[in-house]
Amino acid sequence: MIEAHELSKVFSDKKRGDVRAADSISFRCEPGQIYGLLGANGAGKTTTLRMLATILSPTSGTASVAGFDVVREPAQVRAHIGFLSTATALYDRLTAAETVEYFGQLYGLDSATIARRTSEIFKTLDMEEFRDRRCAKLSTGMKQKVSIARTLIHDPPVMIFDEPTNGLDVMAARSITDFIRQCRDRGKTVIFSTHVMTEVEKLCDRIGIIHGGRLRTEGTLDDLRKRYAKSNLEEIFVEASGDGR
Amino acid sequence: MNLRNALIVFRKELRDMLRDKRTIRSMVIIPMVAFPMLFVVIGWAQEKFSGEAEKEVSLVMVYGGEDSPKVVQALRDFPGIQIVPYKTDARQEVSDKTIRALVEIPAGFDASSGSSPANASIDYYDSDTRSELAKEKLQKFFDDYRVHIAREALIARGLPTRLLEPFTVDAKNVAPPAKVGAAIFGGLIPYLIIIFCFTGAMYPAMDLTAGEKERGTMETILTSPVARTDLVMGKFLTVVVASVTTAVLSLLSLGITFALTKRGMFGGAGSTRQISIDPAALVGVVVMLLPIAILFASVLLSVALFAKSYREAQTYVSPLIFIVIAPAIIGTLPGIELNWKTALVPILNTSLVSKEIIAGNHPWTLMAAVFAMTCVYATIGIVAAVRMFNREDVLFRV
Repeated sequence: MIEAHELSKVFSDKKRGDVRAADSISFRCEPGQIYGLLGANGAGKTTTLRMLATILSPTSGTASVAGFDVVREPAQVRAHIGFLSTATALYDRLTAAETVEYFGQLYGLDSATIARRTSEIFKTLDMEEFRDRRCAKLSTGMKQKVSIARTLIHDPPVMIFDEPTNGLDVMAARSITDFIRQCRDRGKTVIFSTHVMTEVEKLCDRIGIIHGGRLRTEGTLDDLRKRYAKSNLEEIFVEASGDGR
Repeated sequence: MNLRNALIVFRKELRDMLRDKRTIRSMVIIPMVAFPMLFVVIGWAQEKFSGEAEKEVSLVMVYGGEDSPKVVQALRDFPGIQIVPYKTDARQEVSDKTIRALVEIPAGFDASSGSSPANASIDYYDSDTRSELAKEKLQKFFDDYRVHIAREALIARGLPTRLLEPFTVDAKNVAPPAKVGAAIFGGLIPYLIIIFCFTGAMYPAMDLTAGEKERGTMETILTSPVARTDLVMGKFLTVVVASVTTAVLSLLSLGITFALTKRGMFGGAGSTRQISIDPAALVGVVVMLLPIAILFASVLLSVALFAKSYREAQTYVSPLIFIVIAPAIIGTLPGIELNWKTALVPILNTSLVSKEIIAGNHPWTLMAAVFAMTCVYATIGIVAAVRMFNREDVLFRV
């Protein structure tokens, strides 16, 4: 479960002064649901997700992730989430297996659990062939699989994806969207940000449209269609981004 | 701090670092291969070129001496000197280095010998090794010739020639080899170790901070439950290990190279100078250098973390080497002593205390003070590094 309450983040910028990257964002995402945060570049998606992952601390407001408060219990929050984005790269000089083992250790798992989980995940994702190959030598698709394995090693109840398909080819992007769907099917709470309308339409149970740091509207796709009297998500997005209804 | 997590990060960073060619190059290859090569090449070049100059027969012109055939003939017979016909621009030829020296023999030189002193002169070119060697040979010739004339005069008067040498002097070295070594290397070794400590820490510090930001792995690790203090400590331990390893390997490598090329480096084959360094003193120096390695690691991590990329980190870190070199050089200067004031100056204090240890002196109170002060500075450095890792504007600087 994720519950964001009036989450705000203000950055100080020498040229622009105080920049409100996220402004009083509130929403709720249930287990077994995919919540899509839809917004243009610079809308505040990454800032919001980074606050949920406790990489950034909110200027005001708070959020509860898997029952832990992001301000008061950041380590507990991080221990119960899997965070994946195209910005979260892999260590080039570690092998796929070493990478997953390293994160397993940091999540506090014992060696036997790490070995068992790694074996399961590597089988499921068909990674056995390149388990001892260094990440620098892997293809983009293989790297994506290692990143997924890294986020799954501790079997987190909450998954956070920040534009996970950005810059990926069709096949690699498809494997990610399949993976997101599987997470929901296993009962995990899933939030993911994107600016790709089709991904939202295909995957999301609830959608939040974010623009200028503010959550302009949210609901199921049907809710939004009724609210804006439009069937096309792109048109809904444009209108919601513009009028703030 | 969670020691378990810090050690997990440390083990991973160490493994990662040992697979990084740049770090291996600066930590192992340069100290173990480049320095010995450098010394061997310098030794070889020195031996080759100075050896050639010493073997050369010096071309000399003689002005005058027409009425003094004895001295001219003796000069002609002197080994290592060849007299060439005199030209009017003889001085210019010395300047042009076509001949090595010009000897002027005053009129009546042979006749005046033994009575009123005659004044011969040598024109040579200072700073030209070959000309200086010719001057030395000519001076030796005239010294020998002076003794020869005096001996003949004594014999002619029926006096004993031992009057020429009423006494002899023997010089004996009482300094033990370790003290001679301390005098020669006392300043150099701490200076080198301080520089090696710094350069050994430079590359891993940049790679583990700015390098991680550039490659996108910093965000990955920040999403794990590891606390930022544990993350800093893991990285920091890695940089300290790299720093100390570089310094120790460099020292070891220099020691081996020195032992192997000692004869060539100190006075040639004929040198009987005994030089050694007390190994216990070296261990003492390494102990004193631990806190400075910690200080360097923490400062470098803090500074390099501020950069967005490895390249940018290099522009921040490179100027720091001058801040390190300045006190390290001052520490090697004669007259700069370890006292309660210099004990407070970071880097300089370590340089001076290391000099004292190598010289066999143990001012325990000052040593403890230097160690404690450097530990204080190192702690400030670690606190600064932890703070930097907790600053969002530094970690996510755009």
